Amino acid sequence: MSSNTAYEKVKIARSNKRPTAVDYIDHLLTDFIELHGDRRFSDDGAIVGGIARLNGRPITVVGIEKGRNTKERMQHSFGSPNPEGYRKALRLMKQAEKFHRPLLCLVDTSGAYCGIGAEERGQGQAIAENLMEMMTLKVPVISIVIGEGGSGGALALCVADRVWMLENAIYSVISPEGCASILWKDSAKAAEAAENLKLTAQDSLSNGLIEKVIPEETLGEETFYESLKNQLISEYEILAGLELPDLLEQRYQRFRRIGCFETIDE
Amino acid sequence: MATFLKFLFHSRNELETGGRSSLPVQEDASEPEKVCPNCHLSIPLSRLWANDNTCTCGFHFRMSALQRIAFIADEDTFSEMFSDVSTRDPIQFPGYQKKLEMTRISSKEDEAVICGTVRIGGVECCIFVMEQYFMMGSMGTAVGERITRTFEYASEHKLPVVGFTVSGGARMQEGLFSLMQMAKTSGAVKRHSDLGLFYLVVLTDPTTGGVTASFAMEGDVILAEPGATVGFAGARVIEQTTRKTLPRGFQTAEFLLDHGFVDAIAPRNIQKNMIAELLKLHTTGEEDEQ
Ligand SMILES: [Zn+2]
Repeated sequence: MSSNTAYEKVKIARSNKRPTAVDYIDHLLTDFIELHGDRRFSDDGAIVGGIARLNGRPITVVGIEKGRNTKERMQHSFGSPNPEGYRKALRLMKQAEKFHRPLLCLVDTSGAYCGIGAEERGQGQAIAENLMEMMTLKVPVISIVIGEGGSGGALALCVADRVWMLENAIYSVISPEGCASILWKDSAKAAEAAENLKLTAQDSLSNGLIEKVIPEETLGEETFYESLKNQLISEYEILAGLELPDLLEQRYQRFRRIGCFETIDE
Repeated sequence: MATFLKFLFHSRNELETGGRSSLPVQEDASEPEKVCPNCHLSIPLSRLWANDNTCTCGFHFRMSALQRIAFIADEDTFSEMFSDVSTRDPIQFPGYQKKLEMTRISSKEDEAVICGTVRIGGVECCIFVMEQYFMMGSMGTAVGERITRTFEYASEHKLPVVGFTVSGGARMQEGLFSLMQMAKTSGAVKRHSDLGLFYLVVLTDPTTGGVTASFAMEGDVILAEPGATVGFAGARVIEQTTRKTLPRGFQTAEFLLDHGFVDAIAPRNIQKNMIAELLKLHTTGEEDEQ
């Protein structure tokens, strides 16, 4: 495992040289058919989703896509979904449920889109609805944080049975810059904030908040995707072996147990 | 330690927050006044308080959680639960323990939410009321746990839940643990909802961030207090990132009503009746005339 500092990892996670969601879709899955739109307002390019096959079996995939060059980045709103993006994601999840397809979420966002229109169209409500609905989605769900896992905007695709993170991915309640500017009125202290926020994949794993860290030695190479693909296949097999009530109870408990509090006996 | 800190942090006026008691306050000539930011009238605190913390012009001042419980509960029906759940310091965030200690003294509360059971208009329900005087109502693991337990208790006892939100969002000092509380509470709300039980939420000033993106927006009925700021991203952040002038009334309760995200505005002079009526409409059986 790498010995990068937390803030170095933040920079690596944000690097535009990393594979994005569509790269994973291309290499892990076959026969991908992209499906567009939330059926309510528009089609948010920040969310790329559709139906494909994993090892020959149908699967629904929903990813947050940042784009690989300036033009693509514009088209994909720099990977910051608007409410219609989260609603598009939810539409595809419900479709997966209807047709008993497992769900794969690929997460890479600095956060939900921050804008006037996003507020007018209910950014908070859109995320909240995904959290509720994913909790009881009747198919196995695996989410992989492949780059940035930025706050509520990432969580809206991470209410899953398994959450994995790439070795240099981050998952955080707030950006280190935001944290530094609120706490110390100094966004230059972002490196310190990054350290303190415990936002690396290794921190998340040791805090029991994710199930697995995916090594990056061969990131983007065929062996990398091959290995990840095999891990997905066997994990979906395990999840498919569970009775539905057990699957949902385990998903509920996966989040239910997260806390760090004490109860004082009175 | 306690005495020393108490002295330092005893800055807020007792009358203003109602302290930890709901006794009526006597008006006297020397008492402090508060200036209404809307009409600039000076109001003696006791009168303000007697008027449910509203100005005659209609401006709604903020309320502490205990004031709000006294305001909404049928007399002597509130019974607090889960007050023993308190946060530890999950990621050993620098300065957090100290901040918690000081906040506990200055706010006289131990966390940013008070939960329990209560009767409103005679209907028994579970209630949670967030406390803005405790780290701006931010949600850490204790807040998440208390709210989750409230919904689980309500599910077990087939009770409706009434919630009052006020929050700056997730508590960053608890890192990813606090973000996860959004999912945890949403799961408990969903289970409660799937049992056919009623959840009414009242958005109060300000409700933002991770709370807006979870249980604040998950009510069967969502009410909001007049003028309350409700949004996901902070207005200043939006202004800075988009470099656009925000529309008039942006992220107010009325703005959300216009855009279809709240059911109704609930001014305090009719709020208790609205809540009681809605609760009665969701109880089984016919209303018995009294
Ligand atoms: Zn006034």
